[in-house]
Amino acid sequence: MGIFRWLHIMAGITWIGLLYYFNLVQVPAMKDAAADGTAAGISKHVAPRALLWFRWAAVATWLMGAALLGPHFSAAFGLQAGFTGIGIGSWLGSIMLFNVWVLIWPNQQKILGMVSATDDEKAKARRVAFLASRTNMMLSIPMLFFMANGLSHSVPLHYRIFLLS
Amino acid sequence: MKNPLDSILGTIISGLVLTIVLYLFVKHFVLAGV
Repeated sequence: MGIFRWLHIMAGITWIGLLYYFNLVQVPAMKDAAADGTAAGISKHVAPRALLWFRWAAVATWLMGAALLGPHFSAAFGLQAGFTGIGIGSWLGSIMLFNVWVLIWPNQQKILGMVSATDDEKAKARRVAFLASRTNMMLSIPMLFFMANGLSHSVPLHYRIFLLS
Repeated sequence: MKNPLDSILGTIISGLVLTIVLYLFVKHFVLAGV
C-alpha cells in the first residue's frame, strides 16, 4: 500500500501543480503575451506539453488513489462511517478528473488548433475550458483539506498497521 | 453579478467557503448519524 500512497502523492503533485500553473501563471501570462505578439510560443510549445502531463497525471492520481483505498473504495465513495473525510476528497477528485477529460481537454484541443473549430466555437471553448479549470482550482481547496485529513490520519489503528505492512 | 471564478481571489475564497460548508456537512449531517 505504501507504494500506492507514494505514487498517488507524486502524480497528485504533478496534476494539481500544473492546475495551479495554468491558473496562476499561464492564463495571466497569455493575456500579456497576446498584447505583445508572443502568445504563439506558449500555445505551440508550452501548453500542449503542460496539458499532456496534466491530463495523464490526473488519471494516474485517481488510479493510485483507488488502489490506495483498496477494499475500502466503496466505503469511501458511499461516505460510510470512518471514511467520510476521504470519501468527500475522493468525490471531489473524481469530479475534477471528469472536468479535465470532458470539459478542459476537448476544449483546449479546439483552442490550440489540434481540432478544427470556427472562431465562435473557439471563443466558446475558451470560456468553458477557463471556467472548468477555475472550478477545479476551487474544488482543489476542499479536496486537499479532506485528503490531508482523510484516510492516512484518521483511520482505525488496525488499518494503519495494514497500510504499513 | 460577476462570476467569482473570473478572479483568482474569488476562486480561492469560493474554495475556502466550500471547504467550510463541506466540513460542517460532514460534522453535523454525516457523522451525526453514526
